[in-house]
Parts: sequence; structure tokens; C-alpha cells
Amino acid sequence: MREKHGLNVKKRRMIAYVLLIAIAVICLFWLYILVVNATRTDAEMKRGFTMIPAGNLWVNWKNLLESPLPVIRSMCNSLIVSTFASVFSIYFAALAAYGFHMYEFRGKHVLMTFVLMIMMVPTQVNTLGYLQLVNRMNLADTFLSLILPRLAVPVTFYYVKQYLESMSLQSLVEAARIDGAGEMHIFHRMIVPLIRPALAVQIIFEFVASWNNYFLPALLLHSDDKKTLPIIIGLLRSANFVDQDEGQIYVCIAFAILPVVVIYLLLSKMIIQGLTAGGDKG
Amino acid sequence: MNKKKRKGIGTHYAKWGYICILPFIIGYLLFSLGPLIMTIGNSFFINYRDGLTQIGPIFNGLGNYVKLLKNADIWKYLLNTIILWLMGFVPQITLSLLLANWFADPQMRLKGSGFFKTVIYMPNLIMASAFAALFFGLFAAWGPINGLLMQLHLTQEPFLFFSHIWSTRGLIAFLSFLMWFGNTTLLLLAGIMNIDVSLYEAAQVDGASSVNIFWKITLPILRPILIYVAITSLIGGLQLFDVPQIMTSGTGNPSRSCTTMVMFLNNHLFSKNYGVAGAVSVLMFLVTGAFSLIVYFTTRKAKE
Repeated sequence: MREKHGLNVKKRRMIAYVLLIAIAVICLFWLYILVVNATRTDAEMKRGFTMIPAGNLWVNWKNLLESPLPVIRSMCNSLIVSTFASVFSIYFAALAAYGFHMYEFRGKHVLMTFVLMIMMVPTQVNTLGYLQLVNRMNLADTFLSLILPRLAVPVTFYYVKQYLESMSLQSLVEAARIDGAGEMHIFHRMIVPLIRPALAVQIIFEFVASWNNYFLPALLLHSDDKKTLPIIIGLLRSANFVDQDEGQIYVCIAFAILPVVVIYLLLSKMIIQGLTAGGDKG
Repeated sequence: MNKKKRKGIGTHYAKWGYICILPFIIGYLLFSLGPLIMTIGNSFFINYRDGLTQIGPIFNGLGNYVKLLKNADIWKYLLNTIILWLMGFVPQITLSLLLANWFADPQMRLKGSGFFKTVIYMPNLIMASAFAALFFGLFAAWGPINGLLMQLHLTQEPFLFFSHIWSTRGLIAFLSFLMWFGNTTLLLLAGIMNIDVSLYEAAQVDGASSVNIFWKITLPILRPILIYVAITSLIGGLQLFDVPQIMTSGTGNPSRSCTTMVMFLNNHLFSKNYGVAGAVSVLMFLVTGAFSLIVYFTTRKAKE
């Protein structure tokens, strides 16, 4: 910062643009290489590096499907787990946030303080106990064992609670009560639509968190037909699954990364807004 | 009076409060707090697999902790984790402060800031394991990066990135940096946007330069957010697992210089070495719990 002392706005703007463009290139370059390499066969890649895509995406893809690696299966598995985990997680977090926000009850402040205090503690520290619990409940190697811990995610709860606090719901809710609406009806028909922007952002984060999760699934899922996508990614280099065919490896990585990138780009405006809105209260 | 009235209504509806929070609280007790207590319990027992024979559980008091802390390994892995975090965090916070300051500066009127925000945040959502697998391929001995370096005649022989301690650590830290600097920028930006504009206007009228405004106004006001960012990043850094696990194929090599705390924990969980795994978990819980409390109190203070 110091050397720019006294520079006028025009020069500062120039420096900012140059740096921003450089950073954008760094952020996008590897993604481009990924796409290029996914279109080149192993033999082509061994001949040397080029920035120009070739036309063998389909060949690599077909080879990957023929390999013993259950790629399509694992993608379906990831989709199932992430969908259920994110929907349940948001629903129970929003319901709890609403309960804490709208009602007075004994023990409320103690519980609230407790949730906020442990919010940052990572789930890895209770994984050992969770593995034992899963074994005892005969849930090892099931998708349910990946969904259950997402029923209570303190960070999601906290975000929705913050969002509720930024709105004035009291008079709306009281008007609905006078009209004779039940409490759960008010929550589902009035509150949920009202806080939809917050829920949408959080459901994306929850989905992506489950989609990308590697630590817990790798410990819990054993059979090949249950494995999720990150576990397959982890196996790419270790096993003889793909005979170190680089073309297949890059296609598989692209297959794991690009769906999230596309969803993100479609919804980026909402996500960025949601993030900055959440941040200014944090 | 108003308060009394509201409280009256509140007690009438208290039942609904419990109903709303019940699933969440039960879910938390069963699948997070319960397992945490079981983990703590495990840490006091000898309990491991030796080949096919199960040894324990035998009560051992603090024996697992003594054994763990006397061994140099855990200190080495803790140091690795902190080094990897620092290597990612220092450039991250520097760049994020600079970018957030530029995005927020009304004088700059940067065009396309929406585009840049979108691009810098994107790596945060990418699957870390896939990201690591990609970098492993790109920086392999015969990968594209070495191909590029050799075509540009910067090197004659391929550089073995994953055979040197600092290049491996550098790549892991670079990925953490890439994944998190956009997130940090947006957090800091939200903080800067909250600063009262009249403060800046007054400073500008007094002839303060942009550099002075940054050091004398922006930075001191941002302090609570900076503390929040630093501590949450440290808690995240202590959980570093996916990237080093995949990039080093689970070995943490060269010479275990990239084995992190969670990789260490993961190894013990995999080999069903539950006594030691419990002790590692509890130590991590104590450290992250302490940091978590600091976050709790700093954000509360900032609100008041």
C-alpha cells in the first residue's frame, strides 16, 4: 500500500485493473487446462503440453465409463445424499431458528448461548463416537449415516436466525393469528416464503458441503456401489482402476467439478448478495 | 407495559417454541454431542487392533494422552498444520484487504466488480479433493506445468514438485489460498461497506490520502472482523485434510512434512486405533473449542 502514497485515482485504478485481471486469470486458468486436458487422449498429452483443445472428450468419457470405476453410480449417490442432507438440514435449522426467534420459553437463552458457543467446533472431533454409534445402529455403509449428522447444523441455524432478526415479523404473525391461522401454518405458508432468499443461499451451501465431503464418507462407505464422487476422486491416483490414463482422470475430475461451477454461475448473483448480506451482520 | 403484554402472549405459545426447536436439538444431541461424549470416553481406554486381534477396551486413565504428547509425531503434525495454514493465510488476508478496499472505494468506480467477485469466490465451492487431484496431475513430473516450463526453456529436466518439502507445502497452501481468498474478500467488503461514509468524507475534506484513510480509519474499524476472519480461518486450517490427503496420496510425504492433524486422526480411525484417535480428537476439540469461544465473545462484543 505504502508505495502508492499520493498516486491519483486514475493510476490507482490502472493498478487495480491489472491486478484484478491477473487474479481472474489465476482463478480461471486451471479450469481451462482441465477442459483442454479432458479433450485430449493420454497419448496426445504425453507428446507435450498445449493450450488448444483436441476433439477426444467423447473417447475419454467412453473409456472412463468402461473402466471398473463406478463413476455414474457415484454421481447418483452423491446427488441422493446431498439432496436429502441439504433439504433436511435447512428445514430443521429454519424451524429451530424460527422457534428461537418468535417464541419465549424457559431455557431459551441457555440453549441459544450453547449453540452459538459450539458453532465453530469442527465435526471431525466427534467422528470417532459417530462411527461407533453408526455401527451400533447397524447403519454402517448406508446413505442415512451421512444424512443424520446434517439434521442439526449450527452454522445454518445461525445464518437463518440472523436473517429473521433483520425482519420485523411480529405484527405480521399476530395478524395471521387473529385470522385464525395455526402456528405451523404460519411458519410454512408465511415465514418460509418470506425468508426464501436466505433459505436458497443456505441450501446451496449445504448441498455443496455434502457434495464435496470426503472425510466422513471415506470412513463410512465401504461397498463400491455406495461410494460417493469424492471417494472416487480419491481412488483415481491410488488404484489401478484407470491404468493411469490421464485422459480418463481429467474427464472424471471435470465431471466432479463442472456441475457445481455451472450451478454457481447461474446463481452467482444471489449467492454473492446473500454472502455480503450475511457478512455485515456477523 | 408493552414488554409484559408480549411476555404474556409468549408463555401462551411456549409450547410451539419447544416444538420448533425439538428436532434440531434432538438431532444435535444424538448425532453430534452424544458422539463427542463417546469420543471423550474412548480417549481414556486402551482400545486398538493388532492384526486381527482386538485389544481392550481397558481403562487407562490419561495414559493415551501421556503417550501421545510424549511422542514427537503429534508436535510435528501440529507444526505442519500451522505452517500450511500460515502459508495460505498471510497472502490471503493481504490480498483480501487490498481487494475489499478497492471494491468499496467509491472514488475507484471499478467496472466489472460483479464479474471479479463472482470469479474470485468460485474456487470456494469447488470440491477440494477434485481440486487437489487436478493439481496433482497438473504439477506431475510429466504434467502440463512441467511441459510448459520445458517449452519455455525455464528448466531442462522436469521439476519434481511432489518430491520437495517446500514445493509440496507451497502447492497445498496455494490451493487453500485460492479456495478462501474470495470468501475473505467478501466478508471484509461487507465490513467496510458498513463503515459510516461520513467518516471518509470528513477525512477527504481534511486532505487525507487514500493510504492514510486505509491505515487510520478502515483498518482500526475493521479490527473485530479481522479477528473473526483470522480465528475462523485458523479453525478451518486445523481441519485441513482433503487437499494434502489427495495430493500426497495419504502419505503426507515428502518425509511426512505435509501430514496434518486430521490426516493423523484419519489414519488412527482407519486402523481402528480408537484409544489414540480419541485422545487426538479431544485435544483438537479443546483447541478449536477455545478458539470458538473467542469468536463467540468477539462477535458479541462487536454487536454491543
